[in-house]
Amino acid sequence: MSEIIKQTDDVIMEKIRKDLLTPLTTFPLGFKIWVAALLTMIALAAWAYTIQFNQGLGVTAMRDYVSWGIYIASFVFFVATALVGMLISAVVGLLGQKWIIPISRIAEMIALAFVMMAGVAIVVDMGRPDRVLNLLFHGRFSSPIIWDVTVVNVYIVISILLLFLPMLPDLGIIRNHMKKDLPKWQWQMYNILSLGWVGTPGQYKILHRTLRVLLILIVPVALAIHTVTSWLSALTLRAGWDSTIFGPYYVTGAFVAGSGAVLVAMYFIRRAYKLEDYITDFHFDKMGKLMVLVALVYLYFNLNEFLVPAYKMKTADAHHIHTLFSLHGEYGVMFWLTQTFGLILPIILGFFKRFRKPFPMMLIGVSLVIGAWFKRVIIVVPTLIHAHLPIQNVPESFKVYDPTGIEITITLGVMAMAMLIVTILAKIFPVISLWEIAEEKGVDIKKNL
Amino acid sequence: MSQNITPDVTSRRNFLKKFGITVGAAGAVTSLGFLSACSTDDEMVNVLTSDGQTVQVKKSELKVNLEKMQVQGREGIEGKKFVMVIDLAQCKNARKCMAACQGAHHLKPEQHHINVLQMENDDRTGFYFQPKPCQHCDNPPCTKVCPVDATFKRQDGIVLIDNERCIGCRFCIAACPYSARVFNWSEPKYVEGDENKVYDIELNVPQKKGTISKCLFSADRLRIGKLPYCVSACENGVYWFGDANEDAVTNGTSKETVRLSTLLEEKGGYTLLPELGTKPSVYYLPPKDRLFKYQYDEEKDDWMKNHEEGKV
Repeated sequence: MSEIIKQTDDVIMEKIRKDLLTPLTTFPLGFKIWVAALLTMIALAAWAYTIQFNQGLGVTAMRDYVSWGIYIASFVFFVATALVGMLISAVVGLLGQKWIIPISRIAEMIALAFVMMAGVAIVVDMGRPDRVLNLLFHGRFSSPIIWDVTVVNVYIVISILLLFLPMLPDLGIIRNHMKKDLPKWQWQMYNILSLGWVGTPGQYKILHRTLRVLLILIVPVALAIHTVTSWLSALTLRAGWDSTIFGPYYVTGAFVAGSGAVLVAMYFIRRAYKLEDYITDFHFDKMGKLMVLVALVYLYFNLNEFLVPAYKMKTADAHHIHTLFSLHGEYGVMFWLTQTFGLILPIILGFFKRFRKPFPMMLIGVSLVIGAWFKRVIIVVPTLIHAHLPIQNVPESFKVYDPTGIEITITLGVMAMAMLIVTILAKIFPVISLWEIAEEKGVDIKKNL
Repeated sequence: MSQNITPDVTSRRNFLKKFGITVGAAGAVTSLGFLSACSTDDEMVNVLTSDGQTVQVKKSELKVNLEKMQVQGREGIEGKKFVMVIDLAQCKNARKCMAACQGAHHLKPEQHHINVLQMENDDRTGFYFQPKPCQHCDNPPCTKVCPVDATFKRQDGIVLIDNERCIGCRFCIAACPYSARVFNWSEPKYVEGDENKVYDIELNVPQKKGTISKCLFSADRLRIGKLPYCVSACENGVYWFGDANEDAVTNGTSKETVRLSTLLEEKGGYTLLPELGTKPSVYYLPPKDRLFKYQYDEEKDDWMKNHEEGKV
């Protein structure tokens, strides 16, 4: 009897290994083209950045009034999207939802890549990147930037641990089974990273305990990172930012952006790695429902954020509201397109089961991510155009903000970098947790798999 | 320009004595255009004093100078609380203040430490001109948000910027409700001699690419007991400047000195955007009984265009 079970276990593991580890060793043409495209974009951005570095931020469209532009918008976008790691693994995971097993690692990879690029976006925006270490030497804790630097780095550390620790059993599997399939250095890397994992009950006990602590810990840290990011705006005295709900407004918006990014990543990774047996319609359906839930909460915060000042129409707020609400306002068209495609339409479509299928979900995900980025531009820029006092005795270019080619190139480069990091992580590590899938299928995992 | 703004020998020597350092005339010099690359630290170099004499000092002592200037610049002047009163009834948009300020601080035409704004509170209330320097708030939103203490408030009430430390994050620009701060988006305007000049935190010269600049209440002039550049340049008696602790302000044009409290009480002084709780050190007197005809001529008053045509 026990002999039969053992054999079944081996058969199941054999299939899981074959399905989930094959992508580590194959490099199809599509993958190469994708990576080459990303590298080209990054190279272009690096060239653009050398120009900016040498000539100063004057090569951007930012000036004394609109002094933050699409770099800061991108920074907020990256931090926002990175919060999905916390949403999926911690919030949904701690609630005991099993359906997140095949997508939680994808979410963690996105989280790590995006939060790292948030740091890059900030440095790109600095007038004196050569003095970045002043933050350490002269850091003053009354500034929200110091809070932000602190929590972003804590989040990076926890994200690395949350990605890496649950991978230990998988790394052990790779070490045990793939010595002949991999180049020597690569096998050696997995060997070292597996930290001598052999799957004893004791090791699992430590792993589960550590993960539980980290998953609980990451909730306040993730809330802190995005709340502090919102405070970069909300702690100032400007109409459009001077809001008490900016923290939750940002956090809920972050979940929407992150859900979109996960939907897109799920779709393409599933296709590229042929994971249809693991990431199924069921998972897209679940993820779609989660997306609708977080988007509804975000919609609620949007109503509060815009309708409350719009009812009162204080002078400065009225100006701001007009810019956004009126189609003749400077940001009216962008505002309504963003709200429609980045929020309202995804909610409506997400209500219907037929749209919670892989392909429509991917399209909705793309719409959410693009909408999320433009929404950050709408949060950052229009407020700055409306100073408390009139903008006079300066060139016309100071009164508007149209990002320059160099600015856009650098921004796209940072985004390409984020996608490249996700691509590389998803290439050198199994994108789905082997041992958790095995456990779900009833395999006895407490041994050297 | 740089000659005029160099502090005189006496006051600088006093300051050095205060720090227990006696380097004689070396301390007299803020504009050191002579440091050749091959000189060692003990080498003697020629420097020019403010009264036009050339003296020899050790190069190593000049390095001390920057640090000491930073220290005294951050401490401010003991016992003072500088205030400005701007009488809007007097301002006729001559913009001498703007020109003097940009000259002193080596600013480009679009960079305003002080900016004369054409204001109109309501359709029926008519225009008036409102010079707007940094308000040197007692509850400054800008210094709070600076992550590296590059902008700070001194004991004499002045808010300064240290462009040797600024990282160019521009959070202070976002935080300032008065739009009082400017940024060096590209290479700043260099005046001859700037390239070798030791950075003067109280003048913010030389300007540096990628850092903030702002109104300093002409801290370098206050240190030598003179009125700020803008105040001295005004021909129309708009500006009063002085010390709130002494309760006295002096008019930049007439040089008349009056009680600050009396002036503010009698003429109905007020501050800009008081609802924001920033507690400015700049007071305004209402544009009542204006002495000049207030007509805004867009063509004539186009600051950028006038600059291009060399009319400023």
